Amino acid sequence: MDLKDKLVSSFLAFENRVDVDTYVHDVRSDAIKIFEEKGFPTKKEEAWKYTSLNSVLKQDYSLFPQKESSIEYGDVKKYFIHDIDSYKIVFIDGKYSSYLSQTTHDGIDVCLMSAAISKPKYRLVIENYFNKAATKDSLSSLNTAFSSEGAYIHIPKNKLVEKPIQIIHFSTGSEAATMLQPRNLIVVDENSHVQIIERHQSLTNNPVLTNSVTEIFTNKRAIVDYYKIQNDSENASLIDNTFVKQKRESHASVHTFSFGGKLIRNNLNFFQNGERIDSTLKGVTIIGNKQHVDHNTLVHHIEPNCESHQDYKGIFDDSSTGVFNGKVVVEKEAQKTNAFQANNNILISDKATINTKPQLEIFADDVKCSHGCTIGQLDESAMFYMRSRGIPEKEAKGLLMYAFSNNVLSSVKIPEVKQRITKLIATKLGVNIGFDL
Amino acid sequence: MNKYTEDDLREELKTKEYEYGFYTDIASDTFPVGLNEDIVRAISIKKEEPEWMTEWRLNAFRSWQEMTEPEWANVHYEKPDFQAISYYSAPNSKPKYDSLDEVDPELLDTFSKLGISLDEQKKLAGVAMDVVVDSVSVATTFKATLAEKGIIFCSISEAIREYPDLVKKYIGTVVPQKDNFYAALNSAVFSDGSFCYIPKGVKCPMELSTYFRINQAGTGQFERTLVIADEGSYVSYLEGCTAPSRDENQLHAAVVELIALDNAEIKYSTVQNWYPGNAEGKGGVYNFVTKRGLCETNAKISWTQVETGSAVTWKYPSCVLKGDNSVGEFYSIAVTNNYQQADTGTKMIHLGKNTKSTIISKGISAGKSQNSYRGLVQINSRAENARNFSQCDSLLMGNECGAHTFPYIEVKNKSAKIEHEATTSKIGEDQIFYCNQRGIDTEKAIALIVNGFSKEVLNKLPMEFAVEAQKLLEISLEGSVG
Repeated sequence: MDLKDKLVSSFLAFENRVDVDTYVHDVRSDAIKIFEEKGFPTKKEEAWKYTSLNSVLKQDYSLFPQKESSIEYGDVKKYFIHDIDSYKIVFIDGKYSSYLSQTTHDGIDVCLMSAAISKPKYRLVIENYFNKAATKDSLSSLNTAFSSEGAYIHIPKNKLVEKPIQIIHFSTGSEAATMLQPRNLIVVDENSHVQIIERHQSLTNNPVLTNSVTEIFTNKRAIVDYYKIQNDSENASLIDNTFVKQKRESHASVHTFSFGGKLIRNNLNFFQNGERIDSTLKGVTIIGNKQHVDHNTLVHHIEPNCESHQDYKGIFDDSSTGVFNGKVVVEKEAQKTNAFQANNNILISDKATINTKPQLEIFADDVKCSHGCTIGQLDESAMFYMRSRGIPEKEAKGLLMYAFSNNVLSSVKIPEVKQRITKLIATKLGVNIGFDL
Repeated sequence: MNKYTEDDLREELKTKEYEYGFYTDIASDTFPVGLNEDIVRAISIKKEEPEWMTEWRLNAFRSWQEMTEPEWANVHYEKPDFQAISYYSAPNSKPKYDSLDEVDPELLDTFSKLGISLDEQKKLAGVAMDVVVDSVSVATTFKATLAEKGIIFCSISEAIREYPDLVKKYIGTVVPQKDNFYAALNSAVFSDGSFCYIPKGVKCPMELSTYFRINQAGTGQFERTLVIADEGSYVSYLEGCTAPSRDENQLHAAVVELIALDNAEIKYSTVQNWYPGNAEGKGGVYNFVTKRGLCETNAKISWTQVETGSAVTWKYPSCVLKGDNSVGEFYSIAVTNNYQQADTGTKMIHLGKNTKSTIISKGISAGKSQNSYRGLVQINSRAENARNFSQCDSLLMGNECGAHTFPYIEVKNKSAKIEHEATTSKIGEDQIFYCNQRGIDTEKAIALIVNGFSKEVLNKLPMEFAVEAQKLLEISLEGSVG
C-alpha cells in the first residue's frame, strides 16, 4: 500500500479519535477529498518540475506515533535559542510536551491548536481564520485533513509581545519512520507585534517526513517577524507550507535558514489584501552531500501601493541541489507596486546543481518590478587580497561566503537569533569566523 | 524605400487597419482538407521527392499522431482543428521563370504592395530574394552571383532533388522529427521553404532573404528552413513575414534549423508582421514555430527577431552550444497590442567549454494583450567556464495588458557565471511631458521612447530591416495611447 492509500484509509479512524467541532470536521472532510483526487505532486507539475518526492514517499511511515517519548531538557537545550527568555511551544513526535513548553493566556494566547479547535471559547477565531489562507493544493489539503496539533497564537489588538515565541517540533525516532503533520495558526490583530522562531528537529537518524502548514494573519498595522531554522538530520525531510495573509499597512517578514535535512521544500505564499503592505522574504541556503532544498515563493500583490522584497542566497557543495522558484503576481488594481526579487547562488562542487526560475506576472502598468538572479564563483581578486595578507584559503573562502550571505542576516531583528545563525553558517562552512556580531 | 520621411509615416499611421490585409486571387492548386498518410504521400509525390524523404515524412507523421498539443505556454486560444486544414496549396502557374516579366503580374503587384519590388531589390539593396508565396518559391534572384562562390540558396524542395546528400545529412539533426508537436507536424507536411549552404571559408557577400506570406484562405503554412554554414564561413539570413487579413485563424508551424560548423557564423534575423487579428481579437495568425541552431567549435549563431504580428505566438529560437568556445546570441523585441498573445524567448544549451550566450529581450505590451518571456539557460556539467548574460525588460502601456517572465536557469557546473535580470516598467509621465513640451505629440513621443527602449535590439538588425522594423513598431502600437 503506498503512502497515499495509507493516508486516505486511515482518515476515518483518525476523525473518530479526535474530538472536534463540526466546523473543523467539515473542512477536514473536504480536504481529504481534494488530496484523494490530486495525490502527491509529481515532477510533471510545473511547480514540482525540479523536486521529486519519490525518494521521500517510498518509506513506510508510521502516521500516528503511539509511544509516548520524553526528552530531558539538558539533551535538547542546544536546539533552543536558550540565552533569551521566550515563550515555548514544544512538540515531541507531534504530541505537546507541557514539560518543555511555556505557554500563556495572559493577555495573549500562546497555546495549542488541539485546544483551539475543541474549545468553544476559540470558536470564533477558528471559524474566521482556520484554513482561510491555505490554498487547496494537495499537500496543504493533506495537512488540513489531518490537522489536530500545532501552535495556536492569537495576539489581540495593541499588544507588543515582549518575548519571542519558539515553536519546536522534535521527533525522537521511536518508530522506524515517522510522518508528522503539524498545523500552526497565528493571528495578529491591529497594531500588535510578535516575533516567532520555528524549528523542526529529529533526534535520531530515522527518517522523518514533516508536512507542515502555517497560516499567519496580520491585521491592520500589525508586525510579524518569523524565523525558520532548518538544520535537521540528513534523513529528515520537510515540506513547509506557509501562508501569510496581510491586511493594510501590515509588515510581515519570513526568514528561512536551510542548512540541513534530506529534502526541504518551502512553499511560502504571501497575499496582500490591503494598501501599503510590506512583505519580506529572505533566505540563506548552505547545503552539501545529496541534500535538496527548494524555495517556492509567491507574492500576490492585490492592492495598490504595496512593496515586497525577496532575497535568497544559496551555497551548494557536493551533489546537492538547490531550487528557487519565485513568483510575483501583480494584479491590475495593484498600481504603484514595488516588487524586488534577488536570487544569488554559488556552486562549490561540479556535482552540485542549481535550478532557478524567477517569475514575474504583471498586469498593472505603473509598477516597479525587478528580479535579478546570478550564479557565480567567489571573486578571485578578493581571494587573492586576503591570501596575500596571510589569511589561509579556507578562512578566506569562509569569510567571503559569510559576507555573501550577510545581506540576509542584516534584517534579522533578534540579536540572539542572528548570532546563532552566524555560528551555524560558520560551522557549516567549516571555518572559525572569529568574530561575533 | 530609403527615403522614408516623417510625412510617409504620418500617412501610414492614418490607415489604422492592417495595411497588408489584401488577398491576391491566384488560381491555387489546393489539396482537400484533412490529414492522413495519403496526404503526406501526396505532398511528397507532388514535390517529386525521393523515397527516403517520403519515409522521413511518414515517420514524422506517425509520431505526430501519438503526440498531444502542448498546453504549458501562457497563451489561450481555440485549438486548431488539424483535420480542417488543407496541407498543400501552390500557385498554379508554376514554371520557373528566367526573368521577372514572366511572373504572374498579379503576384508582382502583391510584392510591390509589400514594398518588395524584386528588380529594385536587385539593384538597390543587394539582397538576393527567395520569395515564397504560399509555400512554393516562385522567384529566385542573384542565383548566379551566389553560384560563383559555391553558395547554394534555393527552395528546400529543389534542394531535396538537387542536393539530396546535403539535405539527408543535416535535416532533422537539430530539430528532430519528434522534437515537439508542431515540429513533428511540420516534418510530415512541410510544403516548401529555403535551403542555404555556404561552403568552407566563404563569406556570403550579401544578405540572404526570404519573404513568407500566407495567402490562400484556410491553408496552413508549413515552412522548413535549413541553413548550413560550413567551416569558417559566414552568412546573414533575413526572414520577413506579412499575411493578408483573414477572419478565421490561420496556422503557421515552421521549423528552422541552423547548423554552424567549426568557426562558422550565422546571423538570422526575422521581422514577423502577420495579421494579428482585429481590435476585438477576432482572426489572426497562430504562429507556432520551432527554431534551433547548432554551434560547433568556435561557431557563432545570432538570432534577432522583431515580433509584431500574429494573434498567438509560440516561438523559442534556441542555440545548442555544442562546440568549445561557441557563442549564442538572442536579441528580441516582441510587441503585442489589442488581444495578441506572445509566449516567446530562447533556450541556450551550453555543452562545450568556454561557451558564451547573451540574451536581450524587450517586451512591449499594449491594449489587452499578454506578453511572456520564457527562456532556458542550461549549463551542462561539462561546460566549464560557461558564461551567460540575460536581460528581459518589459514595457507596459495601459492597465489591461500583462507582462510575464518565466526564466529557467539550470546549472550543473561550478565554474559557470550566470546573470539574469528583468525589469518591468511603464513609460514615465515625465518623459512624455518632456516631449510634449518640445512640441512632440504624445503618439510620436511614445514611438520615440519605444524606439529608444528597443534600440539595443534594433541595432542588431541589418540596415534594411532596421528601418522596416522601426516602422512596424510604430504601426503596431498606434492607438494604444490611453
